[in-house]
Amino acid sequence: MTEKLAHTPPAAPARGPRGLIFEIGAPESRCVEPPALDVPEVDLDEVLGGAARVEPPVLPHVTEVEIARHYSHLASMNFGVDSGSYPLGSCTMKYNPRVNEDACRMAGFSGLHPAQPVETVQGALELMVGLAEALAEVSGLPGVTLQPAAGAHGELTALMAFRAYHADRGDVRKRVLIPDSAHGTNPATVTMCGYETVTIPSDATGGVDMAALHAALDTDVAAVMLTNPNTLGLFERNIIEITRAVHDVGALAYCDGANLNAIMGVTRPGDAGFDALHINLHKTFSTPHGGGGPGAGPVCVTEELAPYLPGPLPVLRPDGVYDWQVPARSIGRIRAGYGNFGVLVRAYAYVRALGAEGLAEASEQAVLSANYLKERLRGAFELAYDRTCMHEFVLSGSRQKREHGVRTLDIAKRLLDHGFHPPTVYFPLIVEEALMIEPTETESLAELDRFADALIAIAEEAAADPDAVRSAPFTTPVRRVDEARAARTPDLRYDPAR
Amino acid sequence: MYPSDLKYDKEHEWVRVDGDIAVIGITHFAQDQLGEVVYVDLPSEGDSVVAGETFGEIESVKSVSELYSPVNGEIVKVNDALGDAPETVNEDPYGEGWMIEVKLADAAELDAMLSAEEYEAFVTEEA
Amino acid sequence: MRHIPVTCEQREAMLRAIGVSSVEDLFDDIPTPARLGRPLELGPGMGEMDLVAHLRGLADANEPAAGLVSFAGAGCYDHYVPSIVDHVIRRPEFFTAYTPYQPEVSQGTLQAIYEFQSMICALTGMDVANASMYDGATAFAEAAFMAARVTRRDLVLVSDRVHPEWLDVLDTYAAAGTVRVRVADLSDGASAAEAVRAAGAGDVAAVMVANPDFFGALSELGPLAEAAHAAGALFVVASNPLLLSVLEPPASAGADIVVGDGQPLGNAMSFGGPAFGFFSCIQKHVRQLPGRLVGRTVDVDGNDAFVLTLSTREQHIRREKATSNICSNQALCALAASVYLAAVGREGLAGTARASIAKAHYLRDRLLATGRFTPASDAPFAHEFALRFQGDVAAFQAAMLERGILAGVRAAAVGSGRHRPAEPALAADDVVVLAVTERRTRAELDLFVAEVASL
Repeated sequence: MTEKLAHTPPAAPARGPRGLIFEIGAPESRCVEPPALDVPEVDLDEVLGGAARVEPPVLPHVTEVEIARHYSHLASMNFGVDSGSYPLGSCTMKYNPRVNEDACRMAGFSGLHPAQPVETVQGALELMVGLAEALAEVSGLPGVTLQPAAGAHGELTALMAFRAYHADRGDVRKRVLIPDSAHGTNPATVTMCGYETVTIPSDATGGVDMAALHAALDTDVAAVMLTNPNTLGLFERNIIEITRAVHDVGALAYCDGANLNAIMGVTRPGDAGFDALHINLHKTFSTPHGGGGPGAGPVCVTEELAPYLPGPLPVLRPDGVYDWQVPARSIGRIRAGYGNFGVLVRAYAYVRALGAEGLAEASEQAVLSANYLKERLRGAFELAYDRTCMHEFVLSGSRQKREHGVRTLDIAKRLLDHGFHPPTVYFPLIVEEALMIEPTETESLAELDRFADALIAIAEEAAADPDAVRSAPFTTPVRRVDEARAARTPDLRYDPAR
Repeated sequence: MYPSDLKYDKEHEWVRVDGDIAVIGITHFAQDQLGEVVYVDLPSEGDSVVAGETFGEIESVKSVSELYSPVNGEIVKVNDALGDAPETVNEDPYGEGWMIEVKLADAAELDAMLSAEEYEAFVTEEA
Repeated sequence: MRHIPVTCEQREAMLRAIGVSSVEDLFDDIPTPARLGRPLELGPGMGEMDLVAHLRGLADANEPAAGLVSFAGAGCYDHYVPSIVDHVIRRPEFFTAYTPYQPEVSQGTLQAIYEFQSMICALTGMDVANASMYDGATAFAEAAFMAARVTRRDLVLVSDRVHPEWLDVLDTYAAAGTVRVRVADLSDGASAAEAVRAAGAGDVAAVMVANPDFFGALSELGPLAEAAHAAGALFVVASNPLLLSVLEPPASAGADIVVGDGQPLGNAMSFGGPAFGFFSCIQKHVRQLPGRLVGRTVDVDGNDAFVLTLSTREQHIRREKATSNICSNQALCALAASVYLAAVGREGLAGTARASIAKAHYLRDRLLATGRFTPASDAPFAHEFALRFQGDVAAFQAAMLERGILAGVRAAAVGSGRHRPAEPALAADDVVVLAVTERRTRAELDLFVAEVASL
């Protein structure tokens, strides 16, 4: 397999960037024009109070065919879930069902204005209530806000609600405990919420070090933030004890729901004692990542915390009419509008399509596929923690680094030549040369095997021809990029003068 | 790799003393661990530094490290050239890659620092 | 099973390979009390045909503004979106991709973001723009945090004419005390200078305004910038990117940070989301910028390449010291904006703005002539304006809705009501904010006026 792959750069870099949209088209080129003005012209200088623009902004001037070809070329340089396996750990790159894309574009959804009277948006509110109820059932936490635009935004929402909850009890707390395997958004959120982060080490089995946790827990602790299953793909076996200990000091337990895809229908964060959870709809609920967004990060909380959620929330009134309601002790808005509604529509469609059984099957298959891959790869790489994993697992490339001078980064880049998107690398931080692999339930057995074969081939190649791995990739639109130059002399926008 | 005329600390800074002036930079080991340095955030002249506390930050593409002052004193000179050429820290860590010059509050505190030999032993162990 | 290509037989083979007898065995780590032990109560799944019928039913239970004669604006606008926009963002290589952390296979997303950053800079006149924020409101709140970091101060002075929901969001973000917010009348240089003085000039991190403001009114930015800079504070301006095609860029008035909501650029209203926030600043403050940035560089063969850069600001590297916790942004919506801007071009964008402005002025004159309204403000305005209705606003809007007209947004109904403007004419319960886009025809404007006159 390795022999078939290119070892040398292609002769001509024909597939890389070809020029900016600003550099194509003629000054007189047009794509669409505004309709002819059917009211009298106004003098902009006069009506804008002397603030009319003198120099027009430097924007492209292109015809529609040039736009189509430009973006088609850009698309050809991208890799998406539709291009092939995308086993990016903790990102749940599952297939994005197309019917959801159609759904969010239905005129009755996409054409809604946020300030419309409720009687004109009953269907939208019904959908939002339906989604909130489904998320409450999946999470075991009855209070739901759909406002947060992303996972980190959900973290912020929940921690602000925690702060308000404590404040209502006259309780000023200072610290939030976070395991050393956590996503960077967790500590960054803690700072934005005015708390201090205390890092809790992981134990030898990849779980929270219980002694360290107990030692750090006191009445100054506002919350503990855990990802469960954690970023090592391991379920916290002590979760019941952890949430109990957190509650014993009056603190609250937060679950980062990035890895919810492992446990739907099997266990619910609420039942494990968590007080709040954010759900990444763009992970577990199949909405597309869009090259970085938009996502949605609804937050589910206990009944006790529900009064603090940001409002307004969609509710069904006793008279059968859907309406907005602001919770009694609401922390206020966390964004304008009601949430990334178009994303909510997609997630709702996904929930309805799969139903109870389908969601549970998705989780079961995600876990089965991850464990299968782990077994296939255990000889080729070191396993960071040799336990049954959930929907993802972490390998270490430290043997390859030690014995052949091939780093995890090199392995990741070589995977590109095999037609796969690499796993998450160098995360979690506690695993040396980490490769975090999450296949998701939407990969076939043949694809899982192909991916395992590729990684095994790369491990062999690392021993036989380490230079080939270190110089990879060879077949991609661009090859390794000079990131130091990008950071030392930042070129962050098109400058026509340059 | 570790000039014998310099003093070192365990945060991987070096100090070159000339009378009551101390020049401070980071060691070869530190720059090697960081990889390609892309940015150095330094304080201003006239700021004071406290031994064991941070005086700036140094960045590679994917990491940030704090710079710790080994001494107490007042900054009399800052290597502004690192703003345009942070790679100097990689290329010449003990020369053009210096970071700040400090007027020492108490030259005696240097005695507690490591010699080149001691520092080399320390990093060998750490690696 | 839908979306699961593994067959039953293959599942058995996989279990054997793992060495367990059932999938349940894989969940052994989950303690019994945490187990659900019953099926989720979500009902059965639906086939695609039934699903579409169900969703169609929900969609049809709405009366979308885009199908009405809509004058609703207040941050979300009914502009025409050219067909090409959706065709581009429906390319799976764009919408099914993750954040472009692997530049070798993400040049499409990366170059598109670089071009987006360039277009935002072109509109605002700023040096640097990031890859997007969640929306205008959160971009505005992040601007307050950034100003506090840059100035090492913690008090932001915010105009009471900023969108009430944005003020609410800022309050929420600031609730932990990391930034103090004072909402004040900052409608001109004198009031801004007075507000800065009253707050204690040495404490003020930023003077923050919207231009146009929530009521559609335009202010003279220069004196506001002076008031901010005289106190050593940053001047933060929120603006409408579509109108920046015809308005002087805030950079020329001395803005340090320019933010806003990008929905008017090629994004459907979609009930208020998803669209995107844009965030731009002057070069000097780039290291305090929140969010992702794409830079241009070369690959090992010396060919042009794009890559995420200056990432040490961000949460995945700097963790608790990051400039923000933002990770996912609104990349696909920013892509829609780029395609939109390419499609309309510089003349088309200005033409769209000009048409909207001309129609807004046409409508305002005629609405006032009906005698049913009085002006809430005499300030210059662009495509949105505030009037006071002589009578029951709710009844008026309901009556218009029966005629298929969405008669603007009642100002006092927006947001928590915690921050009403100091100016009584704007704070009144009868203020209606009306927006006009290029989509409204003269016939529709005349119809609205006739319906108002016939009340």
